[in-house]
Amino acid sequence: MLSLSVNGQSYPVDVPDDMPLLWVLRDVIGLTGTKFGCGIAQCGACTVHVDGQAVRSCVLPVGSLGNKAITTIEAVGNTPSGQKIQQAWLDVDVVQCGYCQSGQIMSAAALLQRTPNPNDADIDAAMSGNICRCGTYVRIRAAIKQAATGRPELLQTIVSAPEGASS
Amino acid sequence: MKRQDDPIDPGRRKALQSGGLAIAFLWLGGAGTAAAMINARRQPSDAAVALADGNPPFAPNAFIRIDTSGAVRLVMPSVEMGQGIYTGCSMLLAEELGVGLDQITVEHSPPSDELYGIPALGGQITGGSTSTRSTWQVLREAGAVARTMLVTVASAEWHVDPSTCTVDRGVVHHASSGRSLGFGALAAAAGKLPMPDKVQLTDPKNFKLIGKPMRRVDSPDKIKGAAQFGIDVRVPGMKIATVAACPTMGGKLVDVDDKAARAIPGVVQVLRLDNAVAVVGEHFWAARQGLQALNITWDRGANAALTTQQLRDALADSARNGSSIVATDVGSRPTQGTTVESEYQSPMLAHATMEPMNATVFVTSDKCEIWTGTQVPMRAVEEAAKITGLSNDKVIVHNQYLGGGFGRRLETDWVEQAVALAKQVSYPLKVIWTREEDIRHDRVRPMYHDRISAVLDADGKPAWYGYRTSGSSVLARFAPMAMGKNGLDSDAVECVDEVPYDIPAKKVEWIRHDMPEGLVTGWWRGVGPTHNLFVVESFMDELAHHVGKGPLEYRRALLQKNPRTLAVLNLAAEKIGWSGQPLPARVGRGIALGEPFGSRVCAIVEAEVTPQGEVRLRRVVVALDCGIAVNTSSIEAQVQGGLLFGLSAAMFSGITIRDGAIEQSNFNDYRNLRINEAPMVEVHRVVNVEPPGGLGEVGTAIAAPALANAIFAATGVRLYTLPVDRDLLVKNSDALKSVVSTAAVHEGRNLT
Repeated sequence: MLSLSVNGQSYPVDVPDDMPLLWVLRDVIGLTGTKFGCGIAQCGACTVHVDGQAVRSCVLPVGSLGNKAITTIEAVGNTPSGQKIQQAWLDVDVVQCGYCQSGQIMSAAALLQRTPNPNDADIDAAMSGNICRCGTYVRIRAAIKQAATGRPELLQTIVSAPEGASS
Repeated sequence: MKRQDDPIDPGRRKALQSGGLAIAFLWLGGAGTAAAMINARRQPSDAAVALADGNPPFAPNAFIRIDTSGAVRLVMPSVEMGQGIYTGCSMLLAEELGVGLDQITVEHSPPSDELYGIPALGGQITGGSTSTRSTWQVLREAGAVARTMLVTVASAEWHVDPSTCTVDRGVVHHASSGRSLGFGALAAAAGKLPMPDKVQLTDPKNFKLIGKPMRRVDSPDKIKGAAQFGIDVRVPGMKIATVAACPTMGGKLVDVDDKAARAIPGVVQVLRLDNAVAVVGEHFWAARQGLQALNITWDRGANAALTTQQLRDALADSARNGSSIVATDVGSRPTQGTTVESEYQSPMLAHATMEPMNATVFVTSDKCEIWTGTQVPMRAVEEAAKITGLSNDKVIVHNQYLGGGFGRRLETDWVEQAVALAKQVSYPLKVIWTREEDIRHDRVRPMYHDRISAVLDADGKPAWYGYRTSGSSVLARFAPMAMGKNGLDSDAVECVDEVPYDIPAKKVEWIRHDMPEGLVTGWWRGVGPTHNLFVVESFMDELAHHVGKGPLEYRRALLQKNPRTLAVLNLAAEKIGWSGQPLPARVGRGIALGEPFGSRVCAIVEAEVTPQGEVRLRRVVVALDCGIAVNTSSIEAQVQGGLLFGLSAAMFSGITIRDGAIEQSNFNDYRNLRINEAPMVEVHRVVNVEPPGGLGEVGTAIAAPALANAIFAATGVRLYTLPVDRDLLVKNSDALKSVVSTAAVHEGRNLT
């Protein structure tokens, strides 16, 4: 019987050591906010924090974790960087289908935790492991910057031109 | 400002008719189907449906539920797969009802063509970029009906003229007497009133929500991991299965040795279907381990030796020599003038929704309950009824948030499979496809082979164009009734049978070329327009180049009679600074424009091609005329996302077949654009009061030709096939020897 520390709570789980953390979270503990996307650490939908580091839980054997602190999307809002990122995600209205966004937010929160004022290259490096099929990347970038600086990024790039203005 | 109650004149009907999936269904004709669908005044007739709604005291139509507490629940006619339709529908209802978006909750609709059917699609279907176009008037009216009834109750109680009452944030006010009553206090009495025949819609100049950039109603749950997708459903007693269908298309199961699988701790049992095996586990991991331990013998069937090349060759032969159905033939082909002709090929594509296919099903002797995310709830009911032998009313579909749709969830194949498996067991069964299964058993976007030609007059303008497009017909399978009388699949020629340009004569033909049985093709974001616009707009660039004109001026000259589309071209050109500073070497800009889904759009992609042939997307500017805007924030998001979806496919995606099986399997070999590869996408909108155009697929449909034209501008290499073939773009053989790649230099983005 393993004991996992998830979101500050201890969970005894009777599972094989090689079972990936993702499925323990989703199917055994019942925390379904962390998503299954690829199963081979290619898409980032399953990203959680282990001792503050963003990791892909779909390939992380649960037996390797010991008593390390696991944080999931359900509780990342209790951390300062997670709270800022979630608020920016709302303010910039990043989400579309939303399925990848748990993972996006976990990666972004970890980035902000270690790099409080990330530039574009930092964002590229930290976020390129997270695929979004809806293509929310433009707003993800804006939201990370807004979370970092507190300065509102443009909600919209739309510049509305009156009818016929350019014809 | 156009008056809201003006009838839509026939010329404007085009705004709705022109739209891939939608156009064909309108050919079903007759008002009969439309009359039986969404309506501002139709109430759930079935007592069971009302009970499932929590039996609210006030439910004047299928969309609005108000409880005595004043809580307002809005039932969404379309499904939410990322396109923001729950927010748009809520805005339309809330605007007229008189509540804020912060005061409502939204609910998925139950399956019902009668209550939630989209007339343009012939049923409760979310697709074809039709949702706003089909529902915006009905939903406003539905909100106004509810508001009118609530005001009637309040004004009667106060003995005042209803027209002296106002509504704001869920409260009816009578200003001169200082009285007010909340919706909750009015709900029970309003529920007993007769339905008003005529209602007054809000004057657009008083809109509080419509036309504003509103934040999405589903975001607060989605950023906390609290939104429930199909894959997140947990039913008491449920077990979890994963499945392997025969990798060869159309193949069958012969035998399976499951001894090793059943020995794995957590494996519950092994289930068999004609063409698949499923392992049930206490959790997904056990099921997955069990599946890998199976020793399966397949009968690989007639497609066992099938390859992409065989399919391509046969399709090319059809395009060149096959007998066609003529979609349109206007004027005659001039005998004088220069002829330009090209052939283009588009690949099969997978959807790869982030949420893999899944469904949870509980079959008992008298009931079948299904939890899944589907774009076609009623079709799911009907298919499950067939498999279980139950009547439709014994099948209950609980729709969920969709982790991406893109047309994949217009199908019901995974639901059918899950029902067939769940029928064999006594417990609720959640069936989850692995990503590998999801890609290998996708219902792929068809491959196409197109011949396009034009005869140019003395000024270099096309006097005639010809188009022969060949591919399989999604429509013929999906909705055979919607096929044209002459056998035409209207989706196949969408955006090429009519082009925005002033070209006096044309002939557009479609050659139906069915794929081998077992290779099922399906709708994919942007459908017909996505593939036709790649060809038409690439070819327009070819024509401009052929006569030595710039792509902007060449298009401008042909749009003089089309001011709305000319306006988006000019706006995009202005915003990207087309006539500004010259671009660096191997950097180019590509224009593409079109009128997909009732909108007008122009995209200009700026791309750099490294000497090694790598393509860097530097910037995209889009100009859009989508008529009346509901949620300007969603409009921007849909265009940005749709554009990146289309660019991702054009850059990387193609499904190929070997030994009758799809070769790709996961995001390592079915690559998707990542944030470090994604350009800024600026969206500029022309403001007018035309009827709303579609949005979900517009950006996707215009992406590939803008990219191909940018690559041509950067390198002089014309791409006749997708995805981008980097080998064609290598500057010279020396470039490949260079150890310092310019790909390491980020010119397009400020890195400070």
